Amino acid sequence: MITVDIGQALSAFWRGSFGSEYAIVSATLVRATPLIFTGLAVAIAFRAGVLNIGAEGQFLAGAAAATVCAGIAASWPRAAQSAIGLPLALIGGTVAGAAWSGVAAWLRRRFGVLEVISTIMLNYVALEAVAYLVRGPLQEPLHIYPQTPTLPRGLHLPTLVPGSRLHVGFALAVVAATLAWWMMRETASGFRLRVTGANPYAAASAGRIDVPAVTTRAFLVSGAFAGLAGAVEVTGVTYALYDNISPGYGYTAIAVALLANLNPLAVIASGVFFGGLEAGAAAMQRDAGVPSVMVSVVEAVIILAILAAGAARIRWPPLGVRWPGRRRVSGGAPA
Amino acid sequence: MTGGAATVTAFLEATVRTATPLLFAGLGETVVEQAGVINVGLEGVVIAGAFGGLVGATTAGLGTGFVVAAVSGAAMAAVFGLFAAILRADQVISGTAVTLLGLGLTGALYRWGFGPSGAALSIPTMHAMPIPVLSRVPLLGPALFDQPPIAYLAYGLVPLLWWWTYRTYGGLALRAVGENPDAARAAGIAVRRVQFGAVLVGGVLGGVSGGTLVLAQVGTFAEGMSAGRGFIAIAIVALGRWNPVGAAAGAVIFGAASALQFLFQAMGWRAPYQLFLAVPYVLTLVALAVASAAGRGGAPAALGRSAIGD
Repeated sequence: MITVDIGQALSAFWRGSFGSEYAIVSATLVRATPLIFTGLAVAIAFRAGVLNIGAEGQFLAGAAAATVCAGIAASWPRAAQSAIGLPLALIGGTVAGAAWSGVAAWLRRRFGVLEVISTIMLNYVALEAVAYLVRGPLQEPLHIYPQTPTLPRGLHLPTLVPGSRLHVGFALAVVAATLAWWMMRETASGFRLRVTGANPYAAASAGRIDVPAVTTRAFLVSGAFAGLAGAVEVTGVTYALYDNISPGYGYTAIAVALLANLNPLAVIASGVFFGGLEAGAAAMQRDAGVPSVMVSVVEAVIILAILAAGAARIRWPPLGVRWPGRRRVSGGAPA
Repeated sequence: MTGGAATVTAFLEATVRTATPLLFAGLGETVVEQAGVINVGLEGVVIAGAFGGLVGATTAGLGTGFVVAAVSGAAMAAVFGLFAAILRADQVISGTAVTLLGLGLTGALYRWGFGPSGAALSIPTMHAMPIPVLSRVPLLGPALFDQPPIAYLAYGLVPLLWWWTYRTYGGLALRAVGENPDAARAAGIAVRRVQFGAVLVGGVLGGVSGGTLVLAQVGTFAEGMSAGRGFIAIAIVALGRWNPVGAAAGAVIFGAASALQFLFQAMGWRAPYQLFLAVPYVLTLVALAVASAAGRGGAPAALGRSAIGD
């Protein structure tokens, strides 16, 4: 057993997350960026009644597509890389994320496949596809490491705060969240999305809303945000595609969205909170030997606490319901 | 034995080996879903069983390993059951949380207890126990009847569970809860207790599934080694039309899909192995589309409904 000094662990956590301006800007906010995008993806889907557990796969699809687009632009002159290549990579990632979620959306609309299972399956397919790409067609030219060649500087997202690791992607995430919040609150399509999620039957009968169309659209927008998260991560942080490019951002996103009560604006704060949690946990593993996977335990506990609070608010269930014993029920077994 | 027959036997053996853990988890989830609950936390249950199996086996041998695996799975499932069946929280979100909990907890405990790498750790696995006569049947014999005893337990569970579900009062109560909880309650069935009990049974079998993986197949633990088996088991249940015999058929289909790589390797057909690893997941999607297109026939009518009166 490895013994851990709790004080040392907590101080490492604080230093790595919110303890200094450098930690906040270069660790916490950098970690928060993909979490805000993916949290937004989950929040929008859940609000529409779409249980998209596939932000992880959509993130990977976006990261892979952005890498491909950037790879094409890598041979262009520097000015063209920044002016055309970078936007192309971000758009490519967004489209790929939407397409990846589109598979699950189509399966749901055409065949009625539960998106919970299909999106999770697509996560694993994306994982294997990335594993293949970085060892096959996209591998760096020396064919030693399972990763793509590092992007040239012209294809890096500009930094937001000089001298830090924080890139423009964070500002993009904040703008996207604000825009989504405004759309959801003030526009007709946002209203249709909320009503559909709240009660699809009422939406269809009383509101004459085309429910399948609304849910499909929400699914695609959700995937687009997750895909953009992947594209921003590649162009802003990693500058290359490799196996473990996402430490489970798509799953953490569920905790981010739920803590934000599925409100896009609150996702920003929630994303920063979880970004700090992950940055702190990374520091804790580095400096105090505490496994950083503990973060997913914390995330799980937060989700469960939110659920418990919600359940308690509705009604504390009566306990001690009778057990049926061996009494015969009249009539045969239902078909 | 000719080369061709050896290849077929190896393919069938690999099919059964891959199918065994899926069968345990799938049978358990069948019971859970027959009670109208869908446990997306099954992935967390399976990994908890795998880790519990490792801990039990390193402390007190294989038998204890399986017991600890079952208990760990049940404990993880109890967390889900508390939220989904007792508190009536959203089943999918509770399940997702339990999956995160299982993967995180086992990963952290493993690094904590066995060091950051733990690579050297390996435990002797359960030996194959060939069944006399049957294991000598050409082609099928070695695949089906030269397996570790835990596989035979899985085979035996299929008819047993079918009989229990369709021929006993308990099975009827279980299905009544899944079909129409209000009517079941009116008939004097304690809906929450039945659902919680079903979730626990699913937890025990899910835990044994993880235990089988570690104790009868791999012989060690790795973070996230359940690798989506819990999710695939959920797909198997849908594919098997919510019936234990159907679940068995589904498990075999997925075992065969995973075993295809051995067949292709033997045929000298070279392809990136990641493509083979993706086959079961893609197949799940196709199978779900086919199963769902055929309608919800066989699905418990109240499946996944969180807010049911009782």
